[in-house]
Amino acid sequence: MGLYLLSFILFLVGLYGVLTKANIVKIILGSGIMGYAVNLFLILIAYRSGGTFPILLPGKDPGLMVDPLPQALVLTSIVIELGTTALLVALAVNIHKHYGTLNVRKVRRLKG
Amino acid sequence: MIASYFVIIPLLSGFVLAMSGKRNKFAELVALITTSLLLFLSVLLFPLINASGTIFYQLSGWKVPYTISLVVDNLSAFVLFLVSLVAFFSTLYSIGYMRRFSSLSNYYGLLMLLIAGLNGVTITGDLFNLFVFMEVSLIATYALVAFQGEAEHYEAAFKYAILGSISSTLILFGIGCVYSATSSLTLMQISIKSAETPVLYLAYGFFLTGFGLKASMFPFHSWLPDAHPSAPSPVSAMLSGVLIKVLGAYAMIRVFFMVFQKSSLVLETLLVFGAITMVVGAIMAFGQNDIKRMLGFSSVSQMGYIIFALGLGTPLGILGAIYHMLNHAVLKGTLFLDAGAIEMSEGTRDLEKMTGKSDQTVYVSTLMASMGISGVPPFGGFFSKLVIIMAAIYSGKYIYALIALAVSVITLTYYLKMLKKAFPSTGDAKIPSSMKSVLIIMSLLTLITAILFIPSIREVTLDKVVDCVTNREVYSQLFMAGGN
Repeated sequence: MGLYLLSFILFLVGLYGVLTKANIVKIILGSGIMGYAVNLFLILIAYRSGGTFPILLPGKDPGLMVDPLPQALVLTSIVIELGTTALLVALAVNIHKHYGTLNVRKVRRLKG
Repeated sequence: MIASYFVIIPLLSGFVLAMSGKRNKFAELVALITTSLLLFLSVLLFPLINASGTIFYQLSGWKVPYTISLVVDNLSAFVLFLVSLVAFFSTLYSIGYMRRFSSLSNYYGLLMLLIAGLNGVTITGDLFNLFVFMEVSLIATYALVAFQGEAEHYEAAFKYAILGSISSTLILFGIGCVYSATSSLTLMQISIKSAETPVLYLAYGFFLTGFGLKASMFPFHSWLPDAHPSAPSPVSAMLSGVLIKVLGAYAMIRVFFMVFQKSSLVLETLLVFGAITMVVGAIMAFGQNDIKRMLGFSSVSQMGYIIFALGLGTPLGILGAIYHMLNHAVLKGTLFLDAGAIEMSEGTRDLEKMTGKSDQTVYVSTLMASMGISGVPPFGGFFSKLVIIMAAIYSGKYIYALIALAVSVITLTYYLKMLKKAFPSTGDAKIPSSMKSVLIIMSLLTLITAILFIPSIREVTLDKVVDCVTNREVYSQLFMAGGN
């Protein structure tokens, strides 16, 4: 229960950043924090207390292992986040080029 | 094996296109061959499923639950057909429309990536894989929205990308919850296991918010009228026509109706928020002067119909939702392509400044699609709205039925306003013949979809899809047959 709550609080920190900050770079960082919160959550649900790394070695009793699947998921999700963040930064550069500001309150040509 | 081609072909052609440099003719040819091949394959799926049942393919020689599986049942085949149909016509239309832009190979490459992602979401049998393909299509979409490269396009793309990444993160959080409760990511296995585990309200909440954001459900609808009009018109047709349906409505049907246990709380939420979305979209569309922005709000409103029909939860409601998905894909595809043609001849998207230069073909096809989407009888749109309203009445939701009816009238009003302002006189501005032929075929399709309502034809098409959704056991049996 604790790990759900703590990861979700970290997620909310990121969401707060996205929703309240005016600077585009801070918004991108906020979305990064949300991603980290979820990655942390996935790693933590895989943890077994006292577990070892999930590799089968010859002649050794494996015993209790941590769950390797969420670790694989996190690697994939990190790559996806890299792509999304790179695209967001590219958009931010172009917004700065066209509007001359990084303040989202001033980037308001679309309305309705 | 055929299932994997739906991802491999567009992905490969996207790669080839990205490498092909400035050869515009070559890019158009590759894109057209790819999408027509996909359309052919997706039509081929229906007899295949009829003959040998659901297509089930396990990647890399492992068995489920240790591998990713591709599942093509009637629902997937139907949505694949929808994606391929709109993609083919968008590509054909792009040939005439996109000539004024440079770097066409990038455009077609991104379009192929978008199609690969949408097909992947549709055929996958794995929860995390669904997330990955969703991201593939979304990243392509963010780039396509910004493709025209002016200030407001970047603004719209940034807004869309931020909201999209929030919703993706929420969905990943939900996937984590599901995995920790059921220790499985294979959709069929979760479908078996979720019968024993307590109801996963936390995961429900995450998925409802995440997919709701992608389906532009109220209160998350504000990105759609910015993002969809900013893309080039053929891409707008793809986005409004199929993307919000695949990532929003299809994913909701798959997850909430076929994988998790049916929860009355989720249905209630879909019902209420679907109805609100319907009303808000229609009211906002009424005040718009930008033609594509108005169509964007109209998409919000029509997505409201689909979500509302899903929320009814009865087989008739699901029939209405699926039928309306088909109709709306065709109609909104036609309307966005028309808007592109109007913009091309008028040089503006502002309804007030239009002088009626567009020619007769555009006029007739806009008229047909507008009538269809507002629910005027001979068109397909009338019958799907009829099914939805009938479903609401049969399940005793009279007030909601009345709301749906009223929204339909508002829809007619703002489309009539658009027709009156955009076509005061029929001019004779030339548009390329490839665009013209697409508009003619698409507007014929708005009539053709109506024949699916005839009971004997409905039995072999739409009713099979509804059976596939309501029959959870068949879906989970796949796991027993294929795995272990």
